[in-house]
Amino acid sequence: MILIIKGDALIMQSIIEVKKLSYRYEKDVVLEDINITIPSGSFLAIVGPNGSGKSTLLKLILGLLKPQKGNILLFGKEINKFKDWQKIGYVSQKANSFNTGFPATVFEVVESGLTKKLGMFKFFKKEHAQKVIEALDAVGMKGFSNRNIGELSGGQQQRVFIARALVSEPSLLILDEPTVGVDAENVSNFYQMLGDLNKSRDITLLLVTHDIGTISDKVSHVACLNKHLHFHGETKEFEQHQADDMSRVYGHDVHIIAHNHEHGGVVK
Amino acid sequence: MIQGIFHYEFLQNAFLTGLMIGIIAPLLGVFVVVRRLSLIADALSHVTLAGIAASLLLERNVAMMAGVNPLYLGMVFSVGGSLFIEKLRGVYKHYQELAIPIILSSGIGLGVIFISLANGFNTDLFSYLFGSVSAVSRTDLWVVFTIGLLVILVIILLYKELFLLSFDEEHAKASGIAAKSIHFIFIVMVALVIAASMRIVGILLVSSLMTLPVAASIRLAKGFKQTIFLSVLFGEVSVLGGLFTAYYLDLAPGGTIVMIAVLILIFSIFYKKFLIRRGRESVERK
Repeated sequence: MILIIKGDALIMQSIIEVKKLSYRYEKDVVLEDINITIPSGSFLAIVGPNGSGKSTLLKLILGLLKPQKGNILLFGKEINKFKDWQKIGYVSQKANSFNTGFPATVFEVVESGLTKKLGMFKFFKKEHAQKVIEALDAVGMKGFSNRNIGELSGGQQQRVFIARALVSEPSLLILDEPTVGVDAENVSNFYQMLGDLNKSRDITLLLVTHDIGTISDKVSHVACLNKHLHFHGETKEFEQHQADDMSRVYGHDVHIIAHNHEHGGVVK
Repeated sequence: MIQGIFHYEFLQNAFLTGLMIGIIAPLLGVFVVVRRLSLIADALSHVTLAGIAASLLLERNVAMMAGVNPLYLGMVFSVGGSLFIEKLRGVYKHYQELAIPIILSSGIGLGVIFISLANGFNTDLFSYLFGSVSAVSRTDLWVVFTIGLLVILVIILLYKELFLLSFDEEHAKASGIAAKSIHFIFIVMVALVIAASMRIVGILLVSSLMTLPVAASIRLAKGFKQTIFLSVLFGEVSVLGGLFTAYYLDLAPGGTIVMIAVLILIFSIFYKKFLIRRGRESVERK
């Protein structure tokens, strides 16, 4: 495990280390030579346009895809030897994987977040109900526990899914485009809540998103991705580079590739 | 019928088998419906038909097979069909529903060939197609009870995992539960329940006993456990009511069971509409 020693000898463990990672779908290279280190307690946003490989990177980190080149360390362990998956909470893009007509209450949905932690052939008990209520409270949804999940608004559902991830008390929470389906006026509140979780519950957050504008004052670190990694560092630093980097990431694809090789040094 | 149950063994067989099927078919049906696999039940029931027909054919031509309960071969075919469906779903990743018509038509095709070879329909086959009050044997009863207890046990033990897998398959996989094995166990359970239920409701109507009570309860229930409870309740009412009517009116129970389930479904749809309207009115009054 690599320890990063910051300014005043504050010791932090790195929760995720991505090293020289590349991935391709058949002929299309989606990720090339990615290096990212995520220190414990940070709140990292990975930003990039559609098709930039953000979701692929998440799937690799979650073990849903296998790295073709390079490797990933989770909590200091090689990903293929990593077993403590319950340390990682995951909130997927809701629209992809959720049937809104599903007849389950908010309570039941959040409770299902304990499935893996409990293990096979074990049953839910009172202490688990307590945890479910706490998790709902943390995302401001305590009053909704007996409602059917389909009756809630997109933003409320997303909060429930975060509660489901929180209930198993993960050290790392990964969110894939969590504000898809959240009304514009609630997006800021939503990020505020994430920021609070990051601080009060001491959870490392990794977030993939389009909207860098709204989050830059909430997150501690930013990584810009478009096949290559264009920037990875603290948010303050990012803001100074922003104009520069963003045009490079979102701008002309052809230039991106050319620029990146010169840019390699900054990435690491 | 109530008094008859104490006197006639065949009524006891039908009643107890129906009681068990009324629990397990909707119980498993809830998971089948919410996973949008309703048609799989149809495909598997037609494969079971092929198995039954094969068994009746063998019974006629092979001395060793005489007296062997066709349920066994039906079950073998059903479970085999479920495994084929899984294989095909892997082959046609982007057209997963294609597995269903492929298996369904193969089942009927094979079944029709076996039926023709056995010189066409007879009363035995008719009772397998549409169910029967009088044809349920003691062996059938024991087989159905064994399967029923197994299914209930598996559902209780794997409830958490099945719920998660049904609600959000991607999340289930990401959280590291043994999604593949659990899905496999689930699909084999479905195949067994279909084979077991056909004695009472008949092959052609088995899938309705897994889906109609669930369709009704989804309209009314709050939460998943309540959905299961109401589905089983509706299933029991349909099966027992259906057997009763079939016995007195001398009909095939498959028809009466399914029609009661349809009535419950219609009632639940109107009841829900009524609830919504009343809810709206009370809001307006405020």
